[in-house]
Amino acid sequence: MLEETLFEILETPLSLDDIVAKVVRRDCGAISTFIGTVRELTHGKKTLKLEYQAYKPMAIKMLEQIGKEVEEKWPGATIAISHRVGTLEITDVAVIIAVSTPHRKAAYEANEYAMERIKQIVPIWKKEFWEDGTQWVGDQLEKTAYPEGAPQLGGESND
Amino acid sequence: MIKILLFAELQEQTGLDEISVDKAGLTVSELKTWLMENYELPTLNNSMIAINESYASETDRLKDGDIIAFIPPVSGG
Repeated sequence: MLEETLFEILETPLSLDDIVAKVVRRDCGAISTFIGTVRELTHGKKTLKLEYQAYKPMAIKMLEQIGKEVEEKWPGATIAISHRVGTLEITDVAVIIAVSTPHRKAAYEANEYAMERIKQIVPIWKKEFWEDGTQWVGDQLEKTAYPEGAPQLGGESND
Repeated sequence: MIKILLFAELQEQTGLDEISVDKAGLTVSELKTWLMENYELPTLNNSMIAINESYASETDRLKDGDIIAFIPPVSGG
């Protein structure tokens, strides 16, 4: 398995089976998967569709960095992440994370950690299309701008 | 020359996804000032900066051939 295929930005629908297959290891007893899908209602407001955009080469680099962080924090873990870009309809899959580990607790923890880090450092943006307008949505972690000038690359606040 | 990449709302504000300018030698901060004087970019200050695909700071100095990207708050997932 080539390292770079573990982290992808794709314009086409994501396959859970393909992504899980990348992390299967004989010495692992657990694989956790997370599937992020397009939600119709957010605080009562109806989304019609979403458009995702990525700064692709940097997004892949940041996903690789998340992979390194996960391997350091949970030894023996293998992670694969695929994120889709382009126009997505309600219920479409936007992101899949698969983590394999020797024991299950680490698989759950590492998977959640990876998703939080995606929302901090990976240059991917979502444009909401509502009945009454559109907006590029940022700030999902409720941090206006970035007070320290850059995201927390070390991820210490997410332990 | 340096290449400036704009994404998401910054792309819509300017109608441009890329700007090439002869601004090597400026700091990131100085380039931002120049951009705000020359383009309609009301939310530029909310953005992070990456130089050559790595996060950078306002005091970093740009050199010829650099690619600088302005990265609005991200919203993947």
